[in-house]
Amino acid sequence: MKQALHKNKMNNPFVGSRAFALPYYAWLAIFIIAPLILIVLYAFTRTGSGGVTVLTMENIVNAFSPTYMTVFGRSALYALAATAICLALGYPVAYLLSKMKANRAAIISILFILPMWMNFLLRTYAWRALLDNSGIINQLLMAIGLEPVQFLYTGGAVLFGLVYNFLPFMILPIYSVFQKMDTSYAIAAQDLGANRWQTFWKVTVPLTKSGIISGITMVFMPAMTTFVITRLLGGSHFMMYGDVIEMQFLLMSEWNFGSALAVIMLLLTIIFMWVMRKYDKEGEGAALM
Amino acid sequence: MEHVIDFKNVYKEFDGVDVLSNINLYIKQNEFMTLLGPSGCGKTTMLRIIGGFEEPTGGNVLLFGENIKGVPPYKRRVNTVFQRYALFPHLNVFENIAFGLKLKKTEKSVIKKRVEDMLKLVGLKNYGDRDVSRLSGGQQQRIAIARALVNEPEVLLLDEPLGALDLKFRQGMQLELKRMQKSLGITFVYVTHDQEEALTMSDAIAVMDEGVIQQVGTPEQIYNEPRNSFVADFIGESNIIDGIMKADYLVHFAGNDFKCLDRGFNENEPVRVVVRPEDIEITRGIKDGMITGTVTSTLFMGVHYEIRLDGKNGFEWLVHSTDQFQIGEEVGFILEPNDIHVMEASSYDNVRIDDMEAV
Amino acid sequence: MARFFKQFYLAIILIFMYLPIGALILFSFNESKSMATWTGFSTHWYEQLFHDPIIAEALWVTISVALLSALIATVIGTFAVIGMDSLRKKTKGVVLNLTYVPMVNADIVMGISLLLLFIFLNIPRGYWTMLLAHITFNIPYVIFSVLPKMRQMDRSTYEAALDMGAKPSEAVRKVVFPQIMPGIVTGFILAFTMSFDDFMISFFTTQGTTQNLSIYIYSMARVGINPMINALSAIMFVVVIVLLIVVNVRSTKKPKRTLQREY
Repeated sequence: MKQALHKNKMNNPFVGSRAFALPYYAWLAIFIIAPLILIVLYAFTRTGSGGVTVLTMENIVNAFSPTYMTVFGRSALYALAATAICLALGYPVAYLLSKMKANRAAIISILFILPMWMNFLLRTYAWRALLDNSGIINQLLMAIGLEPVQFLYTGGAVLFGLVYNFLPFMILPIYSVFQKMDTSYAIAAQDLGANRWQTFWKVTVPLTKSGIISGITMVFMPAMTTFVITRLLGGSHFMMYGDVIEMQFLLMSEWNFGSALAVIMLLLTIIFMWVMRKYDKEGEGAALM
Repeated sequence: MEHVIDFKNVYKEFDGVDVLSNINLYIKQNEFMTLLGPSGCGKTTMLRIIGGFEEPTGGNVLLFGENIKGVPPYKRRVNTVFQRYALFPHLNVFENIAFGLKLKKTEKSVIKKRVEDMLKLVGLKNYGDRDVSRLSGGQQQRIAIARALVNEPEVLLLDEPLGALDLKFRQGMQLELKRMQKSLGITFVYVTHDQEEALTMSDAIAVMDEGVIQQVGTPEQIYNEPRNSFVADFIGESNIIDGIMKADYLVHFAGNDFKCLDRGFNENEPVRVVVRPEDIEITRGIKDGMITGTVTSTLFMGVHYEIRLDGKNGFEWLVHSTDQFQIGEEVGFILEPNDIHVMEASSYDNVRIDDMEAV
Repeated sequence: MARFFKQFYLAIILIFMYLPIGALILFSFNESKSMATWTGFSTHWYEQLFHDPIIAEALWVTISVALLSALIATVIGTFAVIGMDSLRKKTKGVVLNLTYVPMVNADIVMGISLLLLFIFLNIPRGYWTMLLAHITFNIPYVIFSVLPKMRQMDRSTYEAALDMGAKPSEAVRKVVFPQIMPGIVTGFILAFTMSFDDFMISFFTTQGTTQNLSIYIYSMARVGINPMINALSAIMFVVVIVLLIVVNVRSTKKPKRTLQREY
């Protein structure tokens, strides 16, 4: 132990001066930490009579009232479903990419990033046109003699939009873990007599756990809080958690209550981060990218 | 001769752990000094202190008589050959070697000439345009040496430079390094954990363990007169037995009294006795006054057999012999006074032997 | 058979990803405003595009914010990684956890937290607040791109530079930067992309007339998006593809020294 301690120090000389990071620490303090503290402060206060700020639990209690819990539940359900579908669709893609020759895999993985260069609102809007009652897809259905289907403004359309937008965020972290994975484990497992199915579940999946968890985080959190995709594809009668928060801030100017709703999201974020850090053994966020 | 480097009561701690304690050592001009010891003994830390990459917690280090406390690495007239070479991967061979000269704003034509001279010195003429990552370990090693030497340091520090090389290359490079040191006439401070390497190349060796210099001396002194059991054990395999000093020149161990060359111990002082395996000559017939034992294993080592004996008094002896013996054979041997090295039961000493003799 | 199935699966997913993009590009050449019925080929949306001041303004805001925020985030983030190098493991862990926050945190929460900050500090929301917000969410992408390169780097090369007479600043410039450059470039590109595509955080940190393309598109979505936007997106998309191809061709021609070192 004693030897390991200074041996490690000697072999890892440090580069540069600590002062280099000072601008970033300042940035963290002002633009990350301070705003989050502000949210918490707003969540636990209200402006009383005469403009005096008073401490209160009422916003938090309100945020947990049945009305908002129903919205929370609905959003969570949609986000969970979207995450599950993204995982089911994306995991095989990441797996297949990792099996390809490096050159081909690089090109195809770029193909999954490329759509991000076209504004996501626009792409979602394009789906709206495609799925419209008189859109191309329904025109095709009618052309082959089927009844047109009401796609838009249904729960299905919302789910579809979420999956479409967030699928790359599931594929990429899992793919990056696959790339770093030592394939000899899988070969070793097969060598030890595991069949392909066993190898997959007992070796491959556990080894890519950090990627799966990053992927889930990267899909679930934005899916839970988006209000754009739901509004474009679900119309106005799909009230989601993101809608509620946005409305409190920009429509009702209920900053205290809006902050209370956001604090709940923040708690969710902290839980996700805690889980993710547990599985990120390298401790450097490698699985996120 | 002039002292190039002086360690005066140097100690160093990392996070409250002593890595070096009370180091006193001087290194002479044009000397090939090796710091030898197991990993974690503090030898690399000493080198890094000379290089300026670590500051001692206490004590002083003098370079040409001047205290170098607080002098940054880039202002020291020493250069380092790093353990894994630390070649710059984004530069080619020429640019690597020219790095230091370019920083000093040396004229282009001068740089070109000196880099080419260096490449010639290390036997890699015409390698200037090569990509460093495409070189073999041995070639990278030579570039690292060239890159350090081109700056004309007065002291070259080498941190286990041969550690990553094959045995065959290593032996060749040992001779070459020695030749370079002689022809350039500069001081080398060499860190290694390989005692054979240390014995072949060095003018002087400082054996270290647990942050303490155990012994300093010429290779011969270190080998023949180990100061304590650590040195004896670390420099070649040894038989180390507890014994008692009966009187000057008389030591008792393994059930017998032996004549020896050592004196100055107290009467009946417990001591450790070191006997080198190659100093033991075993015979088949057993005579009076011999140490006897049964052969328990023999292993052919190429030049000699490594034989283990179960001694009568429970001690296992290690013997090198050019003759072959069978397992189970009863054998015996005699020890002459100069085969026996007596040491204090526990002691260390960081005073150079040549100083002792001068006293 | 298995091989065919695998290719087929990838193809289906890619079609799913690109179908709306194809539709957008196709209908940007449609004569009418419709995105459902084809009424004839026309380039007039493209012609109009170049005379639309609002789109030009939104495009300028989007690109300048993306460039500036990516650039500033790259500088701050890269120096942060170098400066964090000598931190103790625990302290570094805390800093990295905080760095995670903007990546994991819901965009909407980050958007409103910055909104509250700007209100609290009494800074009027507009171009500059948007830029500050974009820098904030871009820095983590740079940090997590540079960090692995820093870890792969042989640290003794830095010491070797000092040993050869380089001052610490020279050593960082001449030895550290070139080695972590691939990470810096990746970080910059990622940051640019994230900024370019952002809606949520921009939406909460600006107000009134300052709008990037995302906000502009969002505000039009209810009344129907003008095909000029489709035309603009089609142009940008093609530009990106061309750039990608150019970069790829160039990098395959040049031997990649730094990349080879990694293996």
